[in-house]
Amino acid sequence: MPIFIDRRLNPKDKSLGNRQRFLRRAREELKRSIRDQISTGRIADADREHAVPMPEKGTSEPAFNDARDSGRRNHILPGNRTFNSGDLIPKPADGGGGLSSPGKTDSEDDFRFVLSREEVLDLFFEDLELPDLIKLNLKQILTFKPKRAGFATSGSPTNISVVRTMRNSHGRRIALRRPKQTELDAIAQQLAMLESQPPNAETLKRIAALREDFEQLERRRRRIAFVDPVDIRFNRFDPRPVPNASAVMFCLMDVSGSMGEREKDLAKRFFVLLHLFLTRRYERTELVFIRHTHEAQEVDEHTFFYHTQSGGTVVSTALEEMHRVIEQRYPPTEWNIYAAQASDGDNSSADSERCIELLDGKLMRLCQYFAYVEIIDERESHIFGATENGTSLWRAYSVIEQKWPNFQTRRIAAPADIYPVFRQLFARQPATRQSA
Amino acid sequence: MDRQAGASRLLFSGSDWDFKKLSRVYDEIEAIGVEELHLDIYPVQMEIISSEQMLDAYSSVGMPLMYRHWSFGKHFLYNEFLYRKGGRGLAYELVINSNPCIVYLMEENTMALQALVTAHAALGHNHFFKNNQLFRQWTDADGILSYLNFAKGYIAHCEERHGMAAVEAVLDSAHALMEHGVFRYHRPPKLSSEQQREGLRERLEYEERSYSDLWRTLPPSQRVGKAEVRDEGEVERKKSLHLPEENLLYFLEKNSVVLEPWQREVIRIVRVVAQYFYPQRQTQVMNEGCATFVHYTLMNMLFERGRISEGAMLEILRNHSNVISQPAFDDPRFSGINPYALGLDMMQDIQRISTEPTAEDRDWFPDIAGRGDWRDTLLEAWANHRDESFIRQYLSPALIRKWRLFVLADGADQPHYEVASIHNERGYKKIRAALAQSYDIGSKRPDIQVVDVDLLGDRYLRLQHQVKDGIMLDGKSRDATLRHIRRLWGYDVNLAAIDAETGATLSQRSTRDL
Repeated sequence: MPIFIDRRLNPKDKSLGNRQRFLRRAREELKRSIRDQISTGRIADADREHAVPMPEKGTSEPAFNDARDSGRRNHILPGNRTFNSGDLIPKPADGGGGLSSPGKTDSEDDFRFVLSREEVLDLFFEDLELPDLIKLNLKQILTFKPKRAGFATSGSPTNISVVRTMRNSHGRRIALRRPKQTELDAIAQQLAMLESQPPNAETLKRIAALREDFEQLERRRRRIAFVDPVDIRFNRFDPRPVPNASAVMFCLMDVSGSMGEREKDLAKRFFVLLHLFLTRRYERTELVFIRHTHEAQEVDEHTFFYHTQSGGTVVSTALEEMHRVIEQRYPPTEWNIYAAQASDGDNSSADSERCIELLDGKLMRLCQYFAYVEIIDERESHIFGATENGTSLWRAYSVIEQKWPNFQTRRIAAPADIYPVFRQLFARQPATRQSA
Repeated sequence: MDRQAGASRLLFSGSDWDFKKLSRVYDEIEAIGVEELHLDIYPVQMEIISSEQMLDAYSSVGMPLMYRHWSFGKHFLYNEFLYRKGGRGLAYELVINSNPCIVYLMEENTMALQALVTAHAALGHNHFFKNNQLFRQWTDADGILSYLNFAKGYIAHCEERHGMAAVEAVLDSAHALMEHGVFRYHRPPKLSSEQQREGLRERLEYEERSYSDLWRTLPPSQRVGKAEVRDEGEVERKKSLHLPEENLLYFLEKNSVVLEPWQREVIRIVRVVAQYFYPQRQTQVMNEGCATFVHYTLMNMLFERGRISEGAMLEILRNHSNVISQPAFDDPRFSGINPYALGLDMMQDIQRISTEPTAEDRDWFPDIAGRGDWRDTLLEAWANHRDESFIRQYLSPALIRKWRLFVLADGADQPHYEVASIHNERGYKKIRAALAQSYDIGSKRPDIQVVDVDLLGDRYLRLQHQVKDGIMLDGKSRDATLRHIRRLWGYDVNLAAIDAETGATLSQRSTRDL
């Protein structure tokens, strides 16, 4: 009778530690494959499992091995049908084939393995940080929640603690022997009785004495207040900082005729990336889609990306709409506000001025971060790539970018540009920027 | 049991297994195995595992517990890939040379398969582990599990204390030398280190006493004499370090001056694991052949006695023939000689020679032919041989003909392969010798030894590769491995390729050039 042990219920992730060690080892190479896959593949696929080829660098296990192409050796093989000793068999040209490779092992090169969603995103987001991380930390605890913290002698009238105040007043009244109403009532009753009797010298004398007593008590009562300011106590509240765990992301896009399918596709990819990033950072992330032509409106995601609308281009309407939505639904004390705007840059210069005004005066104070990507023609990319010249909106936004470190602008010409741009936008900010 | 009627004599019916059935089958198989084949086994511990746990066990070199290292994670991914793709089935079982002998059974197996696996692993392998000379001498079945437990804990402790990267670096380097971390021909030398050190000190004192500054002023023509003195010093140095030393890991562990105690211990762990597996690699054909022979014989006996249904037997035979299939060399499925097939065929051949010998067999095997005691012959072979010697002794002409074996000479500089021997009168012995040679692990792995190092001088470590038949080392992996040696040694390392026959130096490679 052997011993039986049922191991099936043992924890399954026995090899997890080894897997993590392996992934860490191959990190650089895996990061590169993931980056390639995400920047070339469909953006909707970013947030899922990925199959990656076996990284070679850093994961080889060298040992002293015989070189295959040297020396003399014997192969002992089964299944001879036609050969006789002394026969010569030409070697296959590629050196491969069944004949020349006895004991050949499977090549490990062509195999791929699957990284889980979490592992993919970890690799993808590695060393991408939100802009001005320190500032963000400060901002994240901007919300305060009052918490009871005992009693205070001062405070606002709404916070008076009635129980505590009355208890103090009661004690003080006992200590100072403030006359009670019942004592006064008893004297008043006695007086009334005496006064109703026919007056004589005796009673008059008594009445005078009682009146004096009464007045004395009344005076005393008036001097010792029922509730004195020293009795008053207030409930005390300490403001406790609460981390801000929710973010809202505004997607602003120009949907006028000049934005074709390609431009929208590029814009979408950028939005999805930003969204992915935010969902990793915050417990709760909401999306607001604002599209605009010469007028702006808040729409749902599908409409945003797939419905066209004809009209001119007035960018400031979108900014105004955004401001309205923030005021209505997303108080900056509770929400981390992010905005991403995509446009082809067409705008009238008068309206661009208005945009500067809006951003500088209102929005940038509310936003954690504002990213503007301008989608340009691929043919133009080499012209505009380096220069500061550009569309009127680009020039206008350049002004803002100078002034606000959390405002960034980039140009995108092809899908492959998005990822580098994204990385640039969210790369760790140099220390000098933090003081800005 | 005999009182029960026909159908109920079956040990099990249906394909589902449960622990009661497993236990009943094991008891029956053990009884027959001991009675009919005279097997002698360790107590058995059977563990039921899932396919994922089997993959786990695969990737940690088949041991139930192992320290953590990224390479095991890599192997896991690789095995998993093959398994998921369907490129490779998982083994039905895994057996560990320990006392008690641990047998892993996959939960997916049917009852018939579990019976097969029980006979194969719990009886066949188990008997081999307990009785084979190599395993008895070189491995410690009683202690391996507790040692691995210690190793796992120790390495985890080191990771905590010295950081994962530091431990990983040592393990990487040690793993690269794992093949060269075993004693092939002798057990670790038991040196009385006290005596040794005493001797060394005395010699040094003598040198100091007899030192004369005048020697320095001798004219250069006396250089020959000086060289002799240096040679003498070299001889003594080599003697004190036990050079040449084939066990590179042992040498580094004991003599490297840059290693800290914990690093030596880590190397020692890798070395012990390598040593533990060394016999297994020398007895593949025998081990699998023994297990396959045992399961085949026992299953047939059970079937003859009416303890296994025909359906179950059919399933067993189908799996059995899958295991022992040996495609011919020109078959696309061919991937070398199948140790299961070769082992089983040789052992059945011994059975045949014992019971129904031909004139040829009497000629070739006068000791065993026709004596009818195949059990004892097999038990003796299982106990005393490894693959190389087993084949050298027992591969018969009949089997060579059956397999139609031939030897192909392959010179790297030749445009052709030459058929050196085929299954004819002239070829039998040559084929047998060549096949035995190909299972000689000593000749299969490159022979690399530490030959010299001047510990008091520049500490330049000199390794020598004995090149046999002109087979050199692969350059890329050689350089990478040398770098690992350098990391453990701390100083430069030189590897010289020496032709084993002529003694000529074929090439030199030093970490100074890397």
